[in-house]
Amino acid sequence: MAMQFYASPEQIMRDRSELARKGIARGRSAVVLSYSGGVIFVAENLSSALHKVSEIYDRIGFAAVGRYNEFENLRRAGVRMADLNGLSYDRRDVTGRALANAFAQTLGAIFTEQSKPFEVEICVAEVGATPDDDELYRLTYDGSVNDEPGRMAMGGQAEAITGVLKSQHRPDMSLAEAAKVAVQALSTVGGEGGAARTIAANQLEVAVLDRHRVGRTFRRITGAALTALLDGDVAAAEQPAEAGGPGAPTVPTGEAHKPTTSAGSADLEDKPADGGER
Amino acid sequence: MFTNAGTSSFTTFLSRVAPEMLPGRRPLPPGMAADLAPHATTIVAISAAGGVVMAGDRRATMGNLIAQRDIEKVHPADAYSLVGIAGTAGIGIELMRLFQVELEHYEKIEGAMLSLDGKANRLASMIRGNLGAAMQGLAVVPLFAGFDLAAADPAKAGRIFSFDVTGGPYEETGYDAIGSGSLFAKSALKKRFRAGLSVDDATRLAVEALYDAADDDTATGGPDLTRRIYPVVMTATAEGTRRLTDAETAAIAEGVVSGRMENPGG
Repeated sequence: MAMQFYASPEQIMRDRSELARKGIARGRSAVVLSYSGGVIFVAENLSSALHKVSEIYDRIGFAAVGRYNEFENLRRAGVRMADLNGLSYDRRDVTGRALANAFAQTLGAIFTEQSKPFEVEICVAEVGATPDDDELYRLTYDGSVNDEPGRMAMGGQAEAITGVLKSQHRPDMSLAEAAKVAVQALSTVGGEGGAARTIAANQLEVAVLDRHRVGRTFRRITGAALTALLDGDVAAAEQPAEAGGPGAPTVPTGEAHKPTTSAGSADLEDKPADGGER
Repeated sequence: MFTNAGTSSFTTFLSRVAPEMLPGRRPLPPGMAADLAPHATTIVAISAAGGVVMAGDRRATMGNLIAQRDIEKVHPADAYSLVGIAGTAGIGIELMRLFQVELEHYEKIEGAMLSLDGKANRLASMIRGNLGAAMQGLAVVPLFAGFDLAAADPAKAGRIFSFDVTGGPYEETGYDAIGSGSLFAKSALKKRFRAGLSVDDATRLAVEALYDAADDDTATGGPDLTRRIYPVVMTATAEGTRRLTDAETAAIAEGVVSGRMENPGG
């Protein structure tokens, strides 16, 4: 039998924590805030397809920083659990607290049992009837849960960002004000020599849980609506619901030209331009 | 069980972790069970310019009895599509709820909606799963219609799919009806339907067709003016799905009934 070196449990946990912390600190940050009309998620994200912020259920959203494959796995688990509970009981019986507990159990088990912990930090947010009723849960790599008071930041240099949020954020802010505070807080870190950066709209992923909607409240703010929001154009920002139905779903582009049957292929070169398969 | 990289389909997930929650997976004792539970009856769907309209009467029957006067059989499947059910009411409602979760689940996991054909095929496979129960008299047949966001011509974006008990999906042109009164509703629509109807005209036509079905089929309920129970009418257009308010359906139904006072045949 091979001889194993002894490592104390404290040492093992410390090493794992250090690994997770380093992994999280390398990534870009995200901010979640309560405002008068709901809960806003703002994440720095260069990709418009790989989301850090997403919908879990009617009034519950999810934001994460760290390793994409790891938090994506957790997100899918959350959606499955929420949908299963909502179907078995009722849509109202799916709560952010239950989800946060489930995530905490999963993360805690992975931290102690697996050789490598998840390098993620996640936020489960549930929008309530008033800003005081909003619930923001912060979950860290070791499975600990914190109930945050209407604002939180996670990722690299989260303390510095939280400091800005603490001094600037109020729960009765409008959407445009809250977005501005979030972006301002994110831009205070990572600049040259401690100076503030400018973060362009296409580097941000923004979504809200809209307090005044019934049913699915999650919607993304993208493109022109996001630019208008960050420019402080309140009129355009307060009504970006034009982006479609609940959650602003999209269909894969170019779908109209894809055949719906798999009956081999055909040369389309000589066909008229509008000649579909139907 | 939730953390497997797994599938984007909620029914596939259920079949792995909680198969007893899928209607088709329950063992049924032998014998016919057709008269055991209420039956939902007639649904009509009409494609119009820029959308589709679906309407259903409010009656559920059990043999010669009216089991329920105000059942709702037409529901939104997601933001752009509608589903109506006919057949065994309990299984139909369960399938419909499952289908709604299926579409929403896919959308949340993948970050994009299924195509309209994809939704219809998904519904077909769920109906197919119920074949065993259908052979013992507990059949459910849905009607599915929606606004196709990927359609090249917005005027033709309203599409209708019907199904048989074995799950075969069939795309219908113009209009379709299912349920016990469908024969009469379809005959009425055959004479009245014109391609390119406006959505408003199509809603009126749908209520007319349901009136004709109720006229000749005892299992279909007509507009109940004394109790103020009117058909459920829903539309799916580029703006999404919408259920007509009670006041709107009341106005349409009263218009139809007063028209029939002068000419009972419509």
